Amino acid sequence: MTAEENVTNAALVTSGETNATLGTQRRRGRWGRGSAGSGRTGAGVSAKRGEAVAGWLFAAPGIALLATFVLLPMLLALWVSVLDWDGTYSPLSGRAPVVGLDNYAALLTEDGLARRDFALSVRNTFYFVVISVPVQTALALGLAMVVHNRTLRGRGFFRAAFYFPSVTSAVAISVVFLFLFSGSGAINAVLGFFGIDGPTWFADPRGVVHELLGALGLVDPSAPPEWLSGTRLWGLTLWEWLSGPSVAMSAVTLLMIWTTSGNFMLIFLAALQNLPEDVLEAADVDGTTRWQRLTKVTVPMLMPTVFVVLTMGLIGSWQVFDQIYVMGQGNPAKTTLTPAYLSYQRSFAEGSYGLGAAIAFLLFAIIVVLTWAQRRLLRDGRTS
Amino acid sequence: MRRAFGYAVLLVGAVCYLGPFVIQLVTTFKTDADAVANPLSLVPDPFSTASYERVATDPSVEVPRWLANSVLVTLCVTFGRLLVDAMAGYALARLRWPGRKLVFSGVLALAAVPAVVLLIPKFLLLRQFSMYNSYLGMILPLITDAIGIFLLKQAFEQVPREVEEAARIDGAGVVRTWWNVVLPMVRPALATLAVLAFQNSWNEFAHFLVSTSDSRYETLTLGLARLVSGALGEGQQLPLKLTIALVSTIPVAVVFLLAQRHFIRNQLGGAVKG
Repeated sequence: MTAEENVTNAALVTSGETNATLGTQRRRGRWGRGSAGSGRTGAGVSAKRGEAVAGWLFAAPGIALLATFVLLPMLLALWVSVLDWDGTYSPLSGRAPVVGLDNYAALLTEDGLARRDFALSVRNTFYFVVISVPVQTALALGLAMVVHNRTLRGRGFFRAAFYFPSVTSAVAISVVFLFLFSGSGAINAVLGFFGIDGPTWFADPRGVVHELLGALGLVDPSAPPEWLSGTRLWGLTLWEWLSGPSVAMSAVTLLMIWTTSGNFMLIFLAALQNLPEDVLEAADVDGTTRWQRLTKVTVPMLMPTVFVVLTMGLIGSWQVFDQIYVMGQGNPAKTTLTPAYLSYQRSFAEGSYGLGAAIAFLLFAIIVVLTWAQRRLLRDGRTS
Repeated sequence: MRRAFGYAVLLVGAVCYLGPFVIQLVTTFKTDADAVANPLSLVPDPFSTASYERVATDPSVEVPRWLANSVLVTLCVTFGRLLVDAMAGYALARLRWPGRKLVFSGVLALAAVPAVVLLIPKFLLLRQFSMYNSYLGMILPLITDAIGIFLLKQAFEQVPREVEEAARIDGAGVVRTWWNVVLPMVRPALATLAVLAFQNSWNEFAHFLVSTSDSRYETLTLGLARLVSGALGEGQQLPLKLTIALVSTIPVAVVFLLAQRHFIRNQLGGAVKG
């Protein structure tokens, strides 16, 4: 996830407050204009018209770009998602058959490869998000508290070191990780020091939860019981749903945690710097231990920031694409397939643009619903 | 004692975050065989600059062209965003025109559309408008930046209104007031936006993937990603790939070191009232 996406989301989260700011600006503006324009009504009217024209002219390039490259594409894609269109002529020519909601049905209700692949991509990304979001948030909070400590020597160095991975490009970093996590790579060499025989990482499709269940002796991964392998839910068996992330996806998850934690660390750092000093001092005077101060004072006051970071992490993680393109392209055994990559693959590799567009909209729906649900859940948690 | 332990833990942390870059840098000076046989060794044996020579001259990887494309697109996007966002941000913050409120709500709504969701839609539109496989199609969609408009609108709102009024009374028009008086006062916000736009467009990958197919338009990220995914076999030309990755990392690293406070301010500015 890029820094900009983070700002996007922070901006959205704070937009409620901004509307309030806008309100005060407008009131002040009205007052200002009244005092300047009084006595020269004619000039005031023409100045007002001039300002209206200037306003539209100033905003025009931005509006035109947003309309052309965000609004129009969405409308066009919505249209394409109800077509059976292979990309050969203009989708507006009327030559592509309109298939209504067939593309969506193929993904959601009809048994088949399309639905199976989409379900796999949702499963993979679900495990990816469920692990990376809490871990990166906790890690970011921990790092922020450490580098916030005023007595720490080399604070600037540590802050820069932890933040640096998140400014570099996802493609370049993925290439480095591909090398580190190769079968004969640096990670396995380090594991070898401790006598651990590392997996082949990006070539290993085994599900982590499957292996765990096997290691605990609960289920034999090569022969799961009938009620798990026979029950089907949305195109996948229960056993497939239970896989957990594959070993390959776990490496992608590690990369995600490693690159985003520094970014979120800065957000927590900003929040820490904005904490009211007097509350912390009062806690000191009351004779709390450092641990009490941390758990009873600092962390509760940071909860709003934690919610923001969780939301931003959720939105960013569901969109993972660059890393997948470089590191796995959905392989091995489709265990690194994500909705974003599947949408690209269906469109560009197979020419099923209608299906690709439909996947994009379903991904949008997933993100909107989960963001809404999370904010609702957390808001309820906050008031209680 | 406890303190020394704390620093030791912290140093291990720093090694985890910077170590991959160190290994990357060292490996670029290794031979293919050495890179596969000794992935952890920090001393190339033998020392080789072959991958740098290939990056500079080998016609099969075209790194100079990728670099030129990356530079061109990044410059256009950065300056384009600054201009467009500064104009729209000013109009939304300070000018009164019919429809302003509606436009602002629209900007906020469009900012919420996830970038990845727009990939296929943008490809469809660029093809429809005959901008597929063109610099225009690579650049214009990236200039589009609802968040930047939002950030600069906030910055313009911090400028005292009296400053503008004084300029107007002196007879300056809207454009001159904006360019000569108000814009210099939001310089920090412009710098932050410039750093952000630079980082964003330099690192961009997915948009170039769907807006071009001709190798003439490959940027560093796109060329590298195609090189790597085309030959997934382990251990092939690793030093070369890592060298290209390094070339694409150096500019952001330099900007990061020079403009650290702007990176950090962007987070402080964007964060976080909750």
